[in-house]
Amino acid sequence: MTMVRQASAAATAARTAAQPMLDVERVRTDFPLLMQHRDGKPLVYLDNAATTQKPQVVVDSVKQYYEGYNANIHRGVYKLSQQATDAYEAARVKLQRFVNAAQPHEIIFLRGVTEAVNLVAHSFGRTSLVAGDEVVISAMEHHSNIVPWQIVCEATRARLRIVPMTDEGELELDEFEGLISAKTKLVALVHVSNSLGTINPVKEMVAIAHGHNVPVLVDGAQATPHMAVDVQDLDCDFYALSGHKMFGPTGIGILYGKAELLNAMPPYQGGGEMIRSVCFDKTTYAPLPAKFEAGTPNIAGAIGLGAAVDYLNGMSWDAIHAHEDDLLRYATESLETIPGLHVLGTAKEKASVVSFVLDGVHAHDIGTIVDKEGVAIRTGHHCTQPVMERLGVPATARASFAFYNTREEVDALVRAVHRVHEVFS
Amino acid sequence: MADLKDLYQQIVLDHNRAPRNFKKIPNASHTAEGTNPLCGDDITLYVTVEGNVIKDVGFQGKGCAISQASASLMTSTVKGKTTEEAESLFRAFHDMVAGGPDAPADDKTLGKLAALAGVKRFPARVKCANLPWHTLHAALTGSDEPASTE
Ligand SMILES: Cc1ncc(COP(=O)(O)O)c(C=O)c1O
Repeated sequence: MTMVRQASAAATAARTAAQPMLDVERVRTDFPLLMQHRDGKPLVYLDNAATTQKPQVVVDSVKQYYEGYNANIHRGVYKLSQQATDAYEAARVKLQRFVNAAQPHEIIFLRGVTEAVNLVAHSFGRTSLVAGDEVVISAMEHHSNIVPWQIVCEATRARLRIVPMTDEGELELDEFEGLISAKTKLVALVHVSNSLGTINPVKEMVAIAHGHNVPVLVDGAQATPHMAVDVQDLDCDFYALSGHKMFGPTGIGILYGKAELLNAMPPYQGGGEMIRSVCFDKTTYAPLPAKFEAGTPNIAGAIGLGAAVDYLNGMSWDAIHAHEDDLLRYATESLETIPGLHVLGTAKEKASVVSFVLDGVHAHDIGTIVDKEGVAIRTGHHCTQPVMERLGVPATARASFAFYNTREEVDALVRAVHRVHEVFS
Repeated sequence: MADLKDLYQQIVLDHNRAPRNFKKIPNASHTAEGTNPLCGDDITLYVTVEGNVIKDVGFQGKGCAISQASASLMTSTVKGKTTEEAESLFRAFHDMVAGGPDAPADDKTLGKLAALAGVKRFPARVKCANLPWHTLHAALTGSDEPASTE
């Protein structure tokens, strides 16, 4: 796992020993929802891959915007509008630093990964794909990195090629290289699998693709809550993230794109904000990033996401990694003591996601029973039906951990899964 | 765990473990496929109707305990009934499971289908219980579209 320490976190790490410790109990108090009880039991929230909880500072930043300086951006000459514009643009710079992009205008605010992939598929894909061309994706993509490509491939009569994966849930790199040819116009890869937890070697894969002059889009939805991401180090051409998966609000995320590529691409949506001048004969478009931000954006969301980035900057990725790795190991070992339980996804490099099945019990039934014990996990295909197909299961149960989860919560999960056996015996 | 016991009654677990009429009927007069996109349940239903009587009915597929037990209970209940009777059972069943936590169940009409009454306290599971019935409805009305609980 690439662990680039953030500036403020580096200071913390220097103070502590080689292995910085995370004070989980203190961290938990930052998250109002984690303090809740349901039916007299503490809420055990283990569905972080679906969405994460929000620290108070994020909630407050959104509230402060609406209460204190709500105005549309880039429009008014009045002070309030300027204040909102400044906050929105400051959030862009926070995101730029967060992924270590070279320039702020390489950060496009969008709804999230889904919209980011659609933007690239429609703007880049439709203009550069012709019949017979190929787009390479992997066997473990989320539907949001499959369906937009299918739509564009159908329209352009291009073809989707799939990098296969092993039974353990690792991509087959040899096969990957073999799939790239002169016909390949783009590679789109998930950084961390949401259903299996696999951390893919994207840096290596980007280098392989670039060896053939093929640009690469990385879906970082599940990476940014767990690790430092450096888009210049990865050298990827596009990187997408969703705010709600990294302790920020819903409905906001970013597409990072290399300026050179973004500049060459046509707008994705037309409307206000994205133009330089409009007349009925011809409209000229605004420069980056406005070209890709048609309409009034999610201003509060961008500010909230900026606050989430600030919050993460106050922590140490090393400490987060050590803690989550401990949870992953502990959860995997504890769950595997349950008779008939099988963990799916055993890649060497894994984020804190544990997908499992129980002999003779459908995942949906597991979900209902553990919910009764106050444990929230996800059950189903996790928007990765091809992964389920590949592993020969209709669905899995999935526990996904964030840095605020504890070993006690793993114990609660294990107790709850034992209940499943009691009910079904 | 009172609620869970209501949901997973012995008869439900039994029908899940050993589903009745789990078979393909090669020359069925009506077939339909049903899927529940949320949890990935899918079933195929085969019905042989003579006159307006359901002479035989079978299903295949995979899914959670609730959808499997519901399909098993449904097929054993509607066999020998007229198609109109089957449709009115569907209405009674739907009212029981989807009518909210206090929905009264018409036990006399529903018979052993009442074993699934506990579903009404688990809104996320209503679609699982209803899936086989939606599929039966699609088969009987000859709709070409796969039945879906969405
Ligand atoms: C790996 C991955 N990619 C993409 C997405 C889609 O993200 P969003 O729904 O925020 O657009 C998700 C979220 O479920 C995900 O886990």
